[in-house]
Amino acid sequence: MRDTSKWIEDRLPVWRDVAEKVDAVERGRSASPDDVRRIVRAYPEVARDVAIARAAAPNAPLTRRLEHLHLTLHRSLFKRPSRFGHDVAAIFLRDAPATARSLAWHIVWITALFFASATAGAWLVNQYPEIVALFASEAMIEQVQAGRLWTDGLLNVVPSSVLAVSIFANNITVALFALVVGIFYGLGTVYIIGMNGLMLGAVFSYTAQHGLAVRLLEFVAPHGFVELSVIMIAGACGVSLGEALARPGHLTRAEAFRRATARTIPLFVVCCVFLVGAGLFEGYVSPNPIYPLWARLAIGLCFLGVLVVVLSGALERLVQRRGRAAA
Amino acid sequence: MDTLRIPTVTGIDVELRVAGVGGRSYAFVIDWHIRALLALGWMFAAVLFLRPSANATSSGGTWVVLGVPAALLYSLYHPVLEIAMRGRTPGKRIAGVRIVSRDGATPSAAQILVRNLFRPIDSLPFAYCVGLATAMLTRPSVRIGDIAAGTLLVYDEDRGAALDDAAPLRGVERLGLERASLAAELAARWRDLRPDIRVALARRLLANVGTPTGDASELELREKLESLLG
Repeated sequence: MRDTSKWIEDRLPVWRDVAEKVDAVERGRSASPDDVRRIVRAYPEVARDVAIARAAAPNAPLTRRLEHLHLTLHRSLFKRPSRFGHDVAAIFLRDAPATARSLAWHIVWITALFFASATAGAWLVNQYPEIVALFASEAMIEQVQAGRLWTDGLLNVVPSSVLAVSIFANNITVALFALVVGIFYGLGTVYIIGMNGLMLGAVFSYTAQHGLAVRLLEFVAPHGFVELSVIMIAGACGVSLGEALARPGHLTRAEAFRRATARTIPLFVVCCVFLVGAGLFEGYVSPNPIYPLWARLAIGLCFLGVLVVVLSGALERLVQRRGRAAA
Repeated sequence: MDTLRIPTVTGIDVELRVAGVGGRSYAFVIDWHIRALLALGWMFAAVLFLRPSANATSSGGTWVVLGVPAALLYSLYHPVLEIAMRGRTPGKRIAGVRIVSRDGATPSAAQILVRNLFRPIDSLPFAYCVGLATAMLTRPSVRIGDIAAGTLLVYDEDRGAALDDAAPLRGVERLGLERASLAAELAARWRDLRPDIRVALARRLLANVGTPTGDASELELREKLESLLG
């Protein structure tokens, strides 16, 4: 017993000192080389102290506190170094393109589903124009019947900045839902993509019946290519989550789901960045009548080109080539 | 109660107690009130001090001044604070829980963001029914966001337990580490405990170390406890 008392007396200043140093490191403060050496040396020492304390009193507060100190030391020493800039660059250069490649067939299938739904919507409204009420509000229908688009004079009502913020917030919400409802074995995503396709086809068909399809295309052109592409990609991510749950392979469903999420998130982050861009175009360019159709198409297709370049992995190849040239 | 065993290279494994539905929902209710009050407080303050004009209403200015910051406060509360406070929020701190990754480490920013991306699903159809059901049905009591991010909630054993308070320097020779810790803790918390509780605990502890208590008064019990610690 006397030994235990002496041991606590001897070791307490050491524990106090190490706890202070490792706590500072955990809080993100920089540590001097001496402090780092002290922490590294303390790791096995504290492990030994935990073993002694457990043998003497497994449930004592001191034992629990030493276990916590040991865990904190372990966490600090084995923590992955934080390289924020490097990690962000890796998302755009490597991770998102790799995921896009691995989900290529998912993207193809989701896009096919979207266009099939859009065709079905267009056909339905073409055959039975009255059912457009299922897809569009009464105010929208009245405006189209009067020969106007609901987007006409939008800038007179809402300033571009407000419009852009509300649009990209809404688009990110839609993309997020297309992703997360994939948890229902992919069916949630399939329904959301199908419904969006049906609505787009129906609305285009209805505006075409009133001679407004070209004007709607004019409005949609600057932002629509990227916006739709990104929604398709988010849908493909959602379906892949559902697939991981439905067909986990040799993993547990939870582990397969976790891995699928970790794989798809970089791609989703890139999608969100492009949705912010699409929102800005939709707020500043799409409702502005000074831009002719050719300029709108050029903006929309160039923006789509940027998305394709990023997701094809061409940026990483470019960076590697430059690195080699510099070397 | 479930535990998370964390193996270390020293061979000394450490166990963390996994928080169940109770600790989880307690923390959430506190956090929900804080973020709702923050959002409402902002809206109230904006109306009171910024006084958005009637003209601003038509141009969407009110929406920008009132709605956007309030929505940001409400929706970014969890991700921002969980990153800044290393897996904790004020509610989690009060409930004594924190988020850790599966290896016991502080979760990365990416893990916290993923955990929060799935919040809409966990909150379906209302009052976090999906999240609660998942936490009840899964073995380490995790919601869907936690499964996706590879995180879980554990009890924060560290809070308030300073080394100096935990290490008994008196009475270890006579009582041993475990009993000396109990005696020191009881003596330290004497004023905070209800009189009947502290008397009962002191009698049990003194009887356990073979000190007769008889009809000793509360004051005498306290003195015996102090003399035990030396």
